[in-house]
Amino acid sequence: MSNWKEVANLEEIPKLGSRVLETDQGRIALFRTSDDEVFALRDACPHKQGPLSQGIVAGHTVTCPLHNWKIDLESGEALAPDEGCTNVYPVKVESGVVFLQL
Amino acid sequence: MKERLVLVGNGMAGVRTLEELLKLAPEEYEITVFGAEPYPNYNRIMLSPVLAGEKTIDDIILNDRNWYEEHGITLHTGDPVVEIDRVNRKVVSRSGLEVPYDRLLLATGSNPFIIPVPGSDLPGVLGFRDIADVDAMLEASKKYKKAAVIGGGLLGLEAANGLMQNGMEVTVVHLMDILMERQLDRTAAQLLKRSLEERGMKFLMEAQTAEVLGEERVTGLRFADGSELEADLVVMAVGIRPNIELAQKAGLYCERGVVVNDTMQTYDPRIYAVGECVQHRGQTYGLVAPLFEQAKVAANHLARIGIARYEGSVTSTKLKVTGIDLFSAGEFNEQPGDETLVLQDPARGVYKKLVVRDDRIKGAVLYGDTIDGTWYFQLLREGTDISDFRNTILFGQHDLGDAGHGDETRVAALSDDAEICGCNGVTKGQIVDAIQTQGLFTLDEVRAHTKASASCGSCTGLVEAILASTVGEGYEAQPSKKPMCGCTDYSHDEVIKAIKEQELKSLRAVMDFLEWKTPDGCASCRPALNYYLLAYWPEEYHDDPQSRFINERAHGNIQKDGTYSVVPRMFGGLCTPDQLRAIADVADKYQVPEMKVTGGQRIDLFGVKKEDLPAMWKDLTDAGFVSGHAYGKALRTVKTCAGKKWCRFGTQDSTGLGVKLEELTWGSWMPHKFKLAVSGCPRNCAEATIKDFGVVCVDSGYELHVGGNGGIKVRVTDLLCKVETEEEVLEYCGAFIQLYREEAHYLERTAPWVERVGLSYIKERILEDEEGRRALYDRFKVSQKYAQVDPWKERAEGGQAHEFRPLKLTA
Repeated sequence: MSNWKEVANLEEIPKLGSRVLETDQGRIALFRTSDDEVFALRDACPHKQGPLSQGIVAGHTVTCPLHNWKIDLESGEALAPDEGCTNVYPVKVESGVVFLQL
Repeated sequence: MKERLVLVGNGMAGVRTLEELLKLAPEEYEITVFGAEPYPNYNRIMLSPVLAGEKTIDDIILNDRNWYEEHGITLHTGDPVVEIDRVNRKVVSRSGLEVPYDRLLLATGSNPFIIPVPGSDLPGVLGFRDIADVDAMLEASKKYKKAAVIGGGLLGLEAANGLMQNGMEVTVVHLMDILMERQLDRTAAQLLKRSLEERGMKFLMEAQTAEVLGEERVTGLRFADGSELEADLVVMAVGIRPNIELAQKAGLYCERGVVVNDTMQTYDPRIYAVGECVQHRGQTYGLVAPLFEQAKVAANHLARIGIARYEGSVTSTKLKVTGIDLFSAGEFNEQPGDETLVLQDPARGVYKKLVVRDDRIKGAVLYGDTIDGTWYFQLLREGTDISDFRNTILFGQHDLGDAGHGDETRVAALSDDAEICGCNGVTKGQIVDAIQTQGLFTLDEVRAHTKASASCGSCTGLVEAILASTVGEGYEAQPSKKPMCGCTDYSHDEVIKAIKEQELKSLRAVMDFLEWKTPDGCASCRPALNYYLLAYWPEEYHDDPQSRFINERAHGNIQKDGTYSVVPRMFGGLCTPDQLRAIADVADKYQVPEMKVTGGQRIDLFGVKKEDLPAMWKDLTDAGFVSGHAYGKALRTVKTCAGKKWCRFGTQDSTGLGVKLEELTWGSWMPHKFKLAVSGCPRNCAEATIKDFGVVCVDSGYELHVGGNGGIKVRVTDLLCKVETEEEVLEYCGAFIQLYREEAHYLERTAPWVERVGLSYIKERILEDEEGRRALYDRFKVSQKYAQVDPWKERAEGGQAHEFRPLKLTA
C-alpha cells in the first residue's frame, strides 16, 4: 500500500539536525544526516521516552538528550550495549521534497 | 582478493588484536587462527578465581566459537603451528595443515618456568598457566591433601589461595625472604604474609628447592639445606619465559623474547608479534594491560592506518585474593635521595607508602586501603607535581573533596548489594558480575555496560577500584594520554594545540587536519570542538548549532518530559518590583506550572513548551531581562550577600561588586559551567569558597579564591591572592576565566582543572606574570564583545525559528 504524504521541504530540516512533525499518531522526528538522507523515527527514546528530535545527529545515529543512548536512524534500534527499539517510518526525498509513509 | 592474515596463538593478546582490527577494518583480511589449547579465547587472568571455585570455565570464555564464525574467522583449536615457512609464506600445523599468509601475527605467549632440578618432570608437578593446569590441580585436590607451591609471587600466592579454597594444606616455598618482592616492599610483604597465615597458609622462606622427591608421583621436596617437605602436589610458579621456540626456528631475531619495534613488527616486516612472547625496547611484559596497548598498535598497522606507536608501559599490580586489598606500582623501593611518605595504621591493617622524587610520585605500595591506587598511579604516569597537596596526599583523593564515600575505601570488603553508583542505582555485585560475564577490562566498558559512574562520575574512583580488584593485574588503567573520544586518537590537549597553532577555524578543518575517524564526529566531540573554536577564534568562528547539546541550542534546560525551563538573569541577585511583576505576568500568560527560587538567587520557570519559548523570551526581553544561561556551559550566576550597604558586618559593597562582575562576565561560554560569588565579610554568607571564582571582602580589600565546587565533589577554593581595589578584582577574575577558557579541557570544571595543573601554575600565570595577566584579561574582553549578544533576544526576533516551530501534518 502506498500512502506517501508530503511533509516538508528538505531545506526546512537543518543538516545534522531534525524537525518535529506533529501527526495524529503523535510526534515524529525527521532527521537529516550530513549525506542528505532523511530518516523518520517516533520521537521517543526506547529508554525513558526522551525526545530524540532534540539529540545530536552524527553519521546515521542520534544521541538521546536525556541519558545519551545512541539510536540507529536506519533501524530505530539502540546501539549496544543498550537494548531497545523505537518505530521507524519509511521516508523518501524527491526533488527536494520529503515524503513520509504512515 | 582479500589478503590472508594468520594468527598463531589463540590467547588474549592475539584475539584482542583481531578485535581491534575488526573494529578498524572489518573486511581487510581473510583470517585464520591457530591455538594450541582446545578452547576458544578465554580470560587467562581469571584462572585464579576458577581455581578458587568462584568462577567456572564457561564464565571466563571471552570469545566463544560463535564469535569466530560471525566474523568469518577460521579457527583451529588444539592444533599448534609447528613451522613458519617464511620463504613460501605459509605456516604448518602439528596436524599437517598448511595455510599461506600475507601477514602473520605471532602471539605465542609464554611458558611457566620449571626449575631444572631432579624430579621436576614427575607426575604431580604442575605449572599454573592454562585451563589444563587448573583442571589437574582441581583433580589433585580431590585425591590429595598436601600441596607445595614454589614461588611466593603474584601467581604463586593466587595458586596457593585457590588450592587452600579446595581444602588442601598449602605451603608456599619462596627463595627470597619477603613475598612478592617484585611488587612489595618489606612492610607490605609482612602484612600480606601475616594475613595469609591467619587464613591458614604456611610459608617456607629463603628455601631453595634442590630436588623433587618421589618415584611414580611426587611425594615431597628436598631443599638445599637438606630439609624436606611432604607434598603430593607441587605447583611451580616461579615465573614465565616468553615462548619464542617457533620464532627462533623460523630465524626471526629473538633475545629473551621475539624482538619487535614500536609498530610491533619483528625483523621480518610481514610478521607482527604481540603479547608475552614479545620483547620491546628490552622489556618483556607478563601483565595484560600492556598486551592490550600492543594489540591496539598492531591492529592499527594491520589496518594500514599506520599512525600508532607502542612506547612501552608502566604497569601496576593488584593481587586477586578475595578479601585482601593490595596495590603496587612503579619504583616502590626508594633509592638513596628519594623521599618516602608513609602512613601506617596497624589496627586497621592499613599501610600506604609513596616514593617521591623531585615532588613527583615514582612508586606506590598500598595495603589494606587501595582505593587511591588508581589515583596515585595516574599521578605517577602523568608526572604530576604534588607539592601543592603533598601534606595530605596519603589521606587520599577524597581528602581533596569527595561526595561522601569517604569511609568506603575497602572495596574488597564491600558487600555485593552496596550501591556504588547512586545516579543509576548500580550495586557492587552488578558491576562485578558484568566485568566477569562480559569480559570487561576498562572503565569505559564498565560504564557502557552497567552505567555505573556514567552520569555524574563521582563514583569513578570506586568503580575503577572494583574493576582493579576484580580483574587484578588485568585492569587496564586509563591511559595517561586519553583520546578525546572514539572519533580520534588525539587528546584534548593535542586538539587544542592544533586548533591554536595550525589556525584551524572550522569543525571541518579540525576534523580534516587531525584525520577524524568518523564523518561527522559524535555527540561527545562535536560540542567540545565547537567550544574550542569559539574560545580561540571569537572574532571569526561561527557557532554551529548542530554541535550544541540541546540545552545550549534551545537556550533552555530540557526537562525529563521534554519541556524546558526558563531562568532570566538577575544581576547579582538584585531585582525590582517591576521585574518581579513581569516574571509573574509571563508565568501567568504561558501557564507555567511551577516556579522556584534557585540556589543562584534567581527564578526558574518550569514546564514551558518549546514552541512557546520565543514568545516568552520576547516578553522577558521587553521587560529588560537577558538570558540567565542556566542551561549552558557558561557563566551562570554571581551570588552575593547584602554587603556594607545594609549589613552591619559588611566591609565592602559586595552586591555592587557582584553586579559589576556579572556585567563583565555574562554570556561567556566556558569549558563547563562557571559560578561566581561575592561575600561582604569573612562570615561568607554568599558561600564564595565553594565557587569557581569567589571573592571574600575584608576591611583592607578583597580575597580572591579559585577552584571551588559545591556539586558532585565538594571542594573548597584555594586562595589565589588578595587585592585592594574593585578594578583589580575584575581584572584578576577576567584573567582567571580566560586562562580556564583557553587551557581547561571541555567539560572540566575549575576544581579538577586547578588540581590537574596545580595552583602554583595558576599563580605563575595570574600573579607573577603581570603582562600575561593583562593580555588574558584583554583577550577575555575581546571575546565578550562577541559573546554578550543576548540569545533570547535574537530568537525572540525570529532567529533559528525552525528550532522552535514543529512541522504539522495536515490531512
